Amino acid sequence: MTTTDSVVADSRIHGDDDLLVVKDLKTHFALPAGMVKAVDGVSFNLARGRTLGVVGESGSGKTVLSRTVMNLNLGNNVHTSGSATFEGRELIGLRSKELQGVWGLEIAMVFQDPMTSLNPVVKVGRQVTEHIRKHLGVSKSEARDTAIELLRSVRIPEAEARFNNYPHELSGGMRQRVSIAIALACGPKLLFADEPTTALDVTVQHQILNLLGQQRRERNMAMVLVTHDLGVVAGRTDEIAVMYAGRIVEKAPTKTLFSDVRHPYTEALLRSIPKTSERNHTRLAAIAGRPPDLINPPEGCKFSPRCPYAQDRCRTEEPPVQFGESNEHQFSCWYPVGTPENKEAWERNLALGLPQTVAVATGSVSEVSVSAAETTDGDD
Amino acid sequence: MAGSGKAHLREASDTIIRVEDLVVEFPAGRGRVVHAVSGISIDLAQGETLGLVGESGCGKSTTAKAMIQLPPPTAGSVDFNGVDLTKLAGEDLRQIRTDLQIIFQDPISSLNPRRKVGDVVAEPLRVWGPHDEVEQVERVDNMLEAVGIDPDVARGKHAHEFSGGQCQRISIARALVLEPQVIICDEPVSALDVSVQAQILNLLEDLKERYELTLVFIAHDLAVVKNISDRVAVMYLGKMCEVSEANELYENPAHPYTRLLVSSSPEPDPFVEIDETTEVNSELPSPIDPPSGCRFRTRCEFADELCERVEPQMRKVGDDHFVACHHPLLPVIEEAPFAAADGGHDDPTDRTSATDLAPGDGDESQTKEGNPQ
Repeated sequence: MTTTDSVVADSRIHGDDDLLVVKDLKTHFALPAGMVKAVDGVSFNLARGRTLGVVGESGSGKTVLSRTVMNLNLGNNVHTSGSATFEGRELIGLRSKELQGVWGLEIAMVFQDPMTSLNPVVKVGRQVTEHIRKHLGVSKSEARDTAIELLRSVRIPEAEARFNNYPHELSGGMRQRVSIAIALACGPKLLFADEPTTALDVTVQHQILNLLGQQRRERNMAMVLVTHDLGVVAGRTDEIAVMYAGRIVEKAPTKTLFSDVRHPYTEALLRSIPKTSERNHTRLAAIAGRPPDLINPPEGCKFSPRCPYAQDRCRTEEPPVQFGESNEHQFSCWYPVGTPENKEAWERNLALGLPQTVAVATGSVSEVSVSAAETTDGDD
Repeated sequence: MAGSGKAHLREASDTIIRVEDLVVEFPAGRGRVVHAVSGISIDLAQGETLGLVGESGCGKSTTAKAMIQLPPPTAGSVDFNGVDLTKLAGEDLRQIRTDLQIIFQDPISSLNPRRKVGDVVAEPLRVWGPHDEVEQVERVDNMLEAVGIDPDVARGKHAHEFSGGQCQRISIARALVLEPQVIICDEPVSALDVSVQAQILNLLEDLKERYELTLVFIAHDLAVVKNISDRVAVMYLGKMCEVSEANELYENPAHPYTRLLVSSSPEPDPFVEIDETTEVNSELPSPIDPPSGCRFRTRCEFADELCERVEPQMRKVGDDHFVACHHPLLPVIEEAPFAAADGGHDDPTDRTSATDLAPGDGDESQTKEGNPQ
């Protein structure tokens, strides 16, 4: 998005009652091979008590986005620009002293793998109380009571006994419950959950997502749920942002996103997932090619090399943010799905025999041609 | 089930692989034993895709690997085209393995990083022939092309130069180059992104048709398993819960565990109501000391004294739909032929009844072996 466009779009993206306002956030990593543009101009807002789902494939920048807002990107090769304000306070560039008053107290985070996010040599009870004692300054026994209460509220059976367990003595689901208890300990207003259930079995995943939902409602906490699984966010978020190559390509209220898809990537993503409601052997509409190289991203729209509707304009010009029926529905595409232009583009590409278009039309990725193109891409 | 029984097995003449009373145990130190797989029976028809689902630790990978003797099971038989693989060793087993191939979960670590892709795919041919190099190269090229990799570009490259999806394609090419009959796919798409996952699933469907393959497909994602499978077997803690034709299983689950799995599986549809009320105990009991009777009873809402005492047997609840549960969610059509006899063996205190049953069933499997195809 260009600067003038973003200024125009700004007033429509950001409202008044926002807890978190992110504007043109960029996180680049300097590597010997070049600059990795992991997050490349992301803007969104999140109101109090609302849930935002951030969906994308690996390398789309969803995790880096949440870590950037949390100021968790370490190393001197990280270049961050843009702003992220929480209750009007700028988070980007805070010193670690100042961050200690934000982390846990105002904004907390639940990570993907509870085995590595918990300290393996400290009993889980102490990992919960440490946090409470530091931030709330209560006595040891009070902290213990609060911690046991917390462990109970995240439905850990026999919380008193578990208090003295080490993380390895708990199952994966229980460990994730402990990390949720730690995150919730000081009553944060915003919770980042970064793939909180990816390492867990479906039944456990269901329980953990229910738990996060209940706790969020009870505490009127806002939540950012980062995941690669559209199924996880479908029934559990107010809004969804779809990320591709470090940008939000489409953002809409959850039901609108599924019923009124506008961005070709979102459409392709939804089509490519197998669903239990479909018969077996249903042909999946695979997306041709693979995610883009973040060091040398394609010119123009980043999805254009894989997009079945791509036109010349898409390959040269970056599409600006556009709005759907409401201001809440934003997408960046020259030929949005469902428009006459989109239909024309499709037919033109089909007539030209563009591989990714033919792939969608026939239901099979014309393997050789696409892979050959991919492999050559990988060379540079 | 978490039960035993063989009501779901089909006529031996219709199947390519027939596994009976498969038991796999691992030592866990201090004399303890991990009961990874306890008395699984399953069969595969020619050209069929069998999906194995269940939570981690249910023994689905162990079952599939034991089928191809990787490692050989502790007890039980694996009949492949009339030959009991568990009785084979050394050269005989080595010969027959060419017909049984496997694709692993992590496509990058399952390819040798120091060898060129052309060599990786040609390796099986160098062992088994044809030894003519021109013919080898031709076969490798055809195979790479079949899995959607341009052989001219790929031949001289190393695995790290390819993406995960491309590496998985190369692994598939390596598994297929000997023209096997059966391929075990052990979570082949779990490490891949959704857009690539669809490519690989479609590819497997195409190759299955083209090379008349029989597949065993393991995954924890229920939607993925449904998409690719003809028949699905649900496992829990080393036992079989339910076996059914794929669509039927998802529409009418007969086992409480299957219903739990299906209802927990997140559907990418915001208009589907999410059940936030039921609190199910999601803790898996230890496979070192599994519960008596039905192994699922500790998490089952219908569990009663019978479930604690007697292990349920496979019973028919529909066309090609079988369940091992005392309180199935569908009416039982046919009692298991073995139920009466097996029930007699059941001792309420005996936690390894499956292994006990094995000798009793011995004569049974012998008669089947005398039934050459």
